[in-house]
Amino acid sequence: MSSGSESEIADDASVAAESHHELSFLRKYVFSMDHKVIGIQFYLTAAVMGLLGAALAGLIRIQLTWPTTPLPLLEKIFPVAYAGGFMSPEFYTSLVTMHGTIMIFFFVSLGLVSGFGNYLIPLMVGARDMAFPVLNMLSYWTIVPAILVAASSFFVEGGAAASGWTAYPPLSAVPSASPGSGTGQTLWLIAVALFIVSFTMGGLNYVTTIFNLRAKGMKLMRMPLTIWSLLIASIIGLLAFPPLTAAAVLLLLDRHMGTSFYLPEGLYIAGELLPNGGGSPLLWQHLFWFLGHPEVYVLILPALGITFDVLVTFARRPAFGYRITVWCLVAIAGLSMVVWGHHMFASGMNPLVGEFFSIGTLLITIPSTVIGVNMIASLWGGKLRLTSAALFAIGTICFFGVGGFGGLFLGNAAADIQLHDTAFVVGHFHFMIGGVTFLALLSGSYYWFPKMFGRMLNETLGKLHFWLTVVPFYGIFGTMHFYGMAGAPRRYYNLTQYGFLDSVNTWMPLVTTLFAVAMMVGQAFFLVNLAKTLMAKKNAPDNPWGATTLEWVASSPPPHGNWGPDAPVVHRGPYEYGNPDSEEDCVHQTVPAEQVPAHS
Amino acid sequence: MASDLALPDTEPLTFLGMSWRKVMMWIFIVTDGLLFAGFLASYGFARAAATTWPDQNEVFHLWFISLMTFVLISSSATMATAVAAAKRSDRQTVSKMLAATFVGGVLFLGMQAFEWSTLFAEGVTLVSNPWNVPAFGNYFFTITGFHGTHVLSGVVILGIVLARTRRGTATMEGVELAGLYWHFVDLVWVFVFTLFYLV
Amino acid sequence: MTESSKPPKFVGAALAVTVWALGIGIVVLGAQKYLPPVASAHGVGIDAMLEYLLVATGGLVIIGHLVLGYFVWRTSRSSAVSPTVPGARAQKVWSVGPAVAMTLIAEGGVLVLGIPVFNQLYLQEPPADAVVIEIMAEQFTWNVRYPGPDGEFGRTDPTLISTENGIGLDMEDPAASDDIRELALFTVPVDRAVRIKLRSKDVLHSFYLPNHRIKQDAVPGMTIDVWFTPTREGEFELACAELCGFGHYQMRGFMSVVSSEAYEAWLTERGH
Repeated sequence: MSSGSESEIADDASVAAESHHELSFLRKYVFSMDHKVIGIQFYLTAAVMGLLGAALAGLIRIQLTWPTTPLPLLEKIFPVAYAGGFMSPEFYTSLVTMHGTIMIFFFVSLGLVSGFGNYLIPLMVGARDMAFPVLNMLSYWTIVPAILVAASSFFVEGGAAASGWTAYPPLSAVPSASPGSGTGQTLWLIAVALFIVSFTMGGLNYVTTIFNLRAKGMKLMRMPLTIWSLLIASIIGLLAFPPLTAAAVLLLLDRHMGTSFYLPEGLYIAGELLPNGGGSPLLWQHLFWFLGHPEVYVLILPALGITFDVLVTFARRPAFGYRITVWCLVAIAGLSMVVWGHHMFASGMNPLVGEFFSIGTLLITIPSTVIGVNMIASLWGGKLRLTSAALFAIGTICFFGVGGFGGLFLGNAAADIQLHDTAFVVGHFHFMIGGVTFLALLSGSYYWFPKMFGRMLNETLGKLHFWLTVVPFYGIFGTMHFYGMAGAPRRYYNLTQYGFLDSVNTWMPLVTTLFAVAMMVGQAFFLVNLAKTLMAKKNAPDNPWGATTLEWVASSPPPHGNWGPDAPVVHRGPYEYGNPDSEEDCVHQTVPAEQVPAHS
Repeated sequence: MASDLALPDTEPLTFLGMSWRKVMMWIFIVTDGLLFAGFLASYGFARAAATTWPDQNEVFHLWFISLMTFVLISSSATMATAVAAAKRSDRQTVSKMLAATFVGGVLFLGMQAFEWSTLFAEGVTLVSNPWNVPAFGNYFFTITGFHGTHVLSGVVILGIVLARTRRGTATMEGVELAGLYWHFVDLVWVFVFTLFYLV
Repeated sequence: MTESSKPPKFVGAALAVTVWALGIGIVVLGAQKYLPPVASAHGVGIDAMLEYLLVATGGLVIIGHLVLGYFVWRTSRSSAVSPTVPGARAQKVWSVGPAVAMTLIAEGGVLVLGIPVFNQLYLQEPPADAVVIEIMAEQFTWNVRYPGPDGEFGRTDPTLISTENGIGLDMEDPAASDDIRELALFTVPVDRAVRIKLRSKDVLHSFYLPNHRIKQDAVPGMTIDVWFTPTREGEFELACAELCGFGHYQMRGFMSVVSSEAYEAWLTERGH
């Protein structure tokens, strides 16, 4: 009898609920196969990794703002990296590499896709669990070694990988090219490979569960936008990661088996002429960005979906242009897979190819703008309640606008000549994958915290958190755009040596860092809020916000099997606010059509 | 015999007529296919840029490779027969055909190993060859190696399904899913064969 | 909905005002002159592209923030939800409208202003009298080489590389004897095309002249041509724009743009 079909999960649910089949602590909380536990495991792990990534960023900011000031305290904590009181340049390049790697894979993807995806997908589509719970459990327990391997890379000889999260060869392929290109780079490749395995296992579950395990009546066009965005993001992730796996395998072979996939003839590194030949560094760039570009959409699409769901709940309005938004998400995803070359305008690839990529990239602005307009228009005519979740959702729209419009500069091949590899790029992608995604993570946290943990986060602390996140964020990454416009290259250990930056070096680095400090203080409010609330009693109602989607029918938190003996049946779309046939201001998805006619 | 093999897999929902297990296997196959696509595209990129490339006729023993290909394709035929037999709950045929597929897979692996050892003996290795085109060995051994490990995993899966069939615990869908994977592995070989040996 | 989750109304006003301030602030600050002063012929075209984008995106950012802030203001103060819901037609209009607008703004900009500049830089051959210089990037400096009076670069061979012979110049080659070599410094005449033959000895680097709107990756195994025409005399900085190791930040170089007489004099002096 094969496990995992819906009726068997239901049986497991009722069986597990009965006390004569109590699961051990290990089976219930550690190696759980319940998507809710796994989702929380991912979410909390992501939070810890976010803090680690932020700490690395703090060290970067200190170095860039005070490059000539000796730092004896840091020397005590990091004797190797700060030998002599100053950060070593090698450590700086490892810092930027690991900050990016940790934040992209182990914070944003882990939190939004794995964390919220695991938690919400079965609940929002009306399933009792994911299609293949064992695989789901394995997807979390593959991430743990990935993180351990990545973290351990700081402590090996040569330190952590130092070729950027982009790992371009030959720098990443030749161990003698940089200290971090030794064992650290190999560990990086292993960690990323494990991440890809974990993501694939998760993605298989997300897509299959959404396709096959929806509740009765949950047609595809009745799914909330959070689910649509997770579905589309998972699909492009599944399609885009394998070429990176291939690329990583080839890189490992170049590093350890003497092959020359990426290494041309005549390389002279660390005093030695290398025997390799016949390879091309550009091959890596094509393979990497074939994943790398869709990857950022894997991260941002769920953020957009979550923002819609939060906004409509607190504006009490249906999502404006729901179907159009779905098609725009599909369009963005499809286009995202054919524009990777916009990361390579200066790479030496054929310029005509560059023009093709530029024109294609700018097409993405079209569905993106439509989505942004739809978000704002969803507020129209509503009665907006500005809870913390709603505040962060509004903030997401702002960041999406600034980041998105900044992208017009970089997708434009001519403008990109001046802005490529400058702080402008850093400002742009932080607005998108450090801003939109981060705020959506926070918005979703405040919104779904009652469902996940049975308690309501404190609203006052939440508002302080909001103001001290959004305003400083503009300060940090807005300034970074200007710094890049002034010509500042990225990944530089020290920018004070260049005369052309003298006028901006007087204020930009310091202003950026001051705002960064403010933002870190803001996050402290969230951490305090989390700790306080988790220690309080469970008191959250099933549906504290009066929302219409399925997860709010289950208790807060839901039991194993989610729904009790009767799975929900869906009779209408996800955003029936303002149904003229109803006295209430909204009609829940499970209200039968005989009671209130469906309008969606 | 009908009841002990073909346990109809009832699911509350199907997507495009497929159970969740089948959907998942298809998605997995697509991702695995894209992995090979990544390797083969890199091979294409390198070969397009290469000024010189060893002549296939000098390197390979095409009759042997054709025989290998015939063995693998035949094993796909026996696999398809097994799946058809599973659908009509004919356990004896399923068992025989799975065994034949298994043998075909093992034979292919043996022939691939023999091919490799012949090449090694002729000085064609992962990193060097007599024609001084390191990229050739780089791509050949990496890609056929990856394909070989997929054939090996397929053989293991076939072994498990065969054992289950003998014991009467296999499901029709299980046989079908193993078949999907096996056909995929075969299809990849067709591409590898064409792009390395024929082109 | 629980009573405790109803926030006071001034949050809406504060948010609206903040959104307006942030939008206007970031655009006003973004409109300042940060670009290094332009000093090349095609650079003027790139700056025109950047100007267009600053105006277009600045306008879009301000409009977006103003509209969002206004919606927040209105809806946070409203006493009831509007009884009517936007119909399918309104949804289509407000999708097609922005889609058309963005197509014109984004694609229009690149097709009209960007592609011509891009073509000029990448697809046009430099004039025949261009000054040709080979620059081979390495960890962590720039090896500069002029062909000398014979107009030919001597052969290089990586097997000849040593600490004294950084680029592996084959001194047996007659063309090599008059090659002029520099480190992280090169001199060119104003108003005459400069053609750089860009190479790399070890890893990826990128040849970046901020004032001249030039950026081109140096790829080992390739010799990439990049050309431009400096239009102002002076000393201009060169930086590396592709992470190349721990000394990435230290690859500072200089391009000295002088009058053609001064250039000829320099060349004669160095070319003996």
